[in-house]
Amino acid sequence: MSIVLFSSRTPWPEEPSTYPGPRVVREPTDPDLEALRSKDEAAFEALIGRYHGPMMRLAMTYLRDRGAAEDAVQETWLTCLKTLDRFEGRSSLKTWIFGILLNVARSRRRKESRILPFTSLFRREGGDDRGPTVDPRRFGKDGMWSTPPDSWSNVPETRLLDRETGEKVKAAIEQLPSKQREVVILRDVAGFEADEVCALLSISQANQRVRLHRGRASVRKTLEEYLR
Amino acid sequence: MTCREVVELMTDYLDGFLSPADRARFEDHIHGCDGCRAYLAQLRTARSLIGRAADEPVPEPLKAELMNAFRSWKSS
Repeated sequence: MSIVLFSSRTPWPEEPSTYPGPRVVREPTDPDLEALRSKDEAAFEALIGRYHGPMMRLAMTYLRDRGAAEDAVQETWLTCLKTLDRFEGRSSLKTWIFGILLNVARSRRRKESRILPFTSLFRREGGDDRGPTVDPRRFGKDGMWSTPPDSWSNVPETRLLDRETGEKVKAAIEQLPSKQREVVILRDVAGFEADEVCALLSISQANQRVRLHRGRASVRKTLEEYLR
Repeated sequence: MTCREVVELMTDYLDGFLSPADRARFEDHIHGCDGCRAYLAQLRTARSLIGRAADEPVPEPLKAELMNAFRSWKSS
């Protein structure tokens, strides 16, 4: 069979083509996914270690205690293994795993809510997404700082990184309204990009930004009081 | 821009969501304002300390159960 590469006749006007040529659609290679598919035990162990903290924080947004959160994390991994062959790679492996965790934790919360008093589960559920994040009394009439924040540059790094500060931060995250908390955990603890978080939580970019900003601002405020 | 406005734009600034014009105005303000620079640095510190909440070892019993599940999945 011969293939005609050049023809003497131009069947269309000679203009630079805007057709980019056939796109080679290739699944991006994700080393973790490859390793899981090849049933690499060490890779699985590394993966559960890497995501344990973010997964626990996220699960605790929905569930009452560490034990319940741990159960949700466990169920998530078992579901991942069971359904891995159906994973099509439309999202990253990490997004897929956290999506499963969200489903597991939310459905477990629904079951919990049947046996627990309503208020203990849905405290702060509404949250406030309005109003300033910094006490207005810290600004003058002109909108400029009247009580500016102190620089933390003289706070020793050992203090910032010590266990007690870490516990303060974790407690501050847990005190956030749940809608802010899930965004802060996904962005700043699990390290997802903004658009991935919007997809996982089915929220708009604007919502994502407001919740993240308010959540970080609250944690900052806790730290400011603690480090004073 | 006032400080009161600038502090509410800081996450958008850090995420690169400000328009070029707003970004320029934001940066102009920050350069001349110690208070807002300190606040921005504090938000950055808060963000990275929040990130440290990711460090949490898998409890041994859970790890053992998951690795067992993995082995039986592997051999299935």
